Amino acid sequence: MSSKEKGWKEISIAGVCSKSSVGFMTGDWKTYMPVRDLEKCTTCLTCVMLCPEGAIKWRPEMGKIEFDFSFCKGCGICANECPTKAIAMKLPEE
Amino acid sequence: MTTTQEWKFTAKDIAAKPDLFLSGHRACAGCGPAGVLRLIMKATRGPTIVTEATGCMEVVSSIYPYTSWALPWLHTAFETAAANAAGIDAALKAMRRKGKAKQHIDIIALAGDGGTYDIGLQALSGAVERGHDFLFVLYDNEGYMNTGIQRSGGTPIGAATTTTPAGKVIPGKIEKKKPITEIMLAHEMEYVATATPYYWKDMLTKVRKGLEVEGPAFLHVFAPCPRGWRSEPAKTMEYAKLAVESCVFPVWEAINGKRQLSIPSKLIALAPQKKKPVKDYLAGQGRFRHLFTPQNKHVLDEIQRLTDERWQRLLQKCESSV
Repeated sequence: MSSKEKGWKEISIAGVCSKSSVGFMTGDWKTYMPVRDLEKCTTCLTCVMLCPEGAIKWRPEMGKIEFDFSFCKGCGICANECPTKAIAMKLPEE
Repeated sequence: MTTTQEWKFTAKDIAAKPDLFLSGHRACAGCGPAGVLRLIMKATRGPTIVTEATGCMEVVSSIYPYTSWALPWLHTAFETAAANAAGIDAALKAMRRKGKAKQHIDIIALAGDGGTYDIGLQALSGAVERGHDFLFVLYDNEGYMNTGIQRSGGTPIGAATTTTPAGKVIPGKIEKKKPITEIMLAHEMEYVATATPYYWKDMLTKVRKGLEVEGPAFLHVFAPCPRGWRSEPAKTMEYAKLAVESCVFPVWEAINGKRQLSIPSKLIALAPQKKKPVKDYLAGQGRFRHLFTPQNKHVLDEIQRLTDERWQRLLQKCESSV
């Protein structure tokens, strides 16, 4: 926490969370990362729907699916549920 | 139902909608409840206030000074999800009477199985009886996972938890899972439904229907927990699917007491050969690992028998209520 953060005496009794968790990058938790085969992907959006992190984003203006690796925890739900098996879980070095 | 036109949406509409349950929450990798919450918040129809009981999702989404909620959110104590919702509803009514609030505001109360089955039951029952206008969403991960995987009223028979460890004395939990939806139906509510995140379209429709009801509505969502079930994080949504296919958790809805199966379960009712044995669902979950030994085969058979019995009873109830 930065020095600008309020101390426990200054915050309101009920406790108000002032910052958005979008600033807290959970992406560094992962071991494996999803790698997508663009040729197999049919943009069915199954991965976008089932990702618990909201780390897979649908960009309607570009008609593309984007992975946000700053939040992806590497759980592998997207790879497991992909109907065309377009996503594989790999170590970052691979 | 108060509205006449049904809410229509496509996957692209839902995907393009900004998240109200934001990224950066600190749930485990592959968390089922986190996926459920992110999705159900996409079914909101306007200004919404969320109140939550203590539980995994409350803890991971509000670690000071960060919050994962992009809408007004309130948490007080473990048993108070429904009591909070009742208070918010009463306050909004008073504000409308005084002319301070003009538009309609939806209220969603969220609680885990501990905050619904055990600790929050009397507050929920009271709020429903008083007829407050809110949607209660129960995300059922079948145990107190946040505090160290203790048993709850929602833990199924045979599951090993830290308070019902499987060993020489007992083969996991001895008692059956409490039929909470039957209890809520007995309150003569306008809308009661069950859903799983794998069939997300079905789930989102049910959330919207629940919000449209003027009065209390109850939604029971099945949310697999890889940490507490000792299963693979990648298979979270697969278990949500297998639970429906094996009829461990059938999906249905009851409007004004008239019960009908939703499409995923209806397909199994129409083609019984598609029904999978519970073994398929239980295998791979570490909490049921002990059931696959010869000395515990009777527990496995008992689970199959109970599941079939509950499924048959549900089919009868759906038939008789049409």
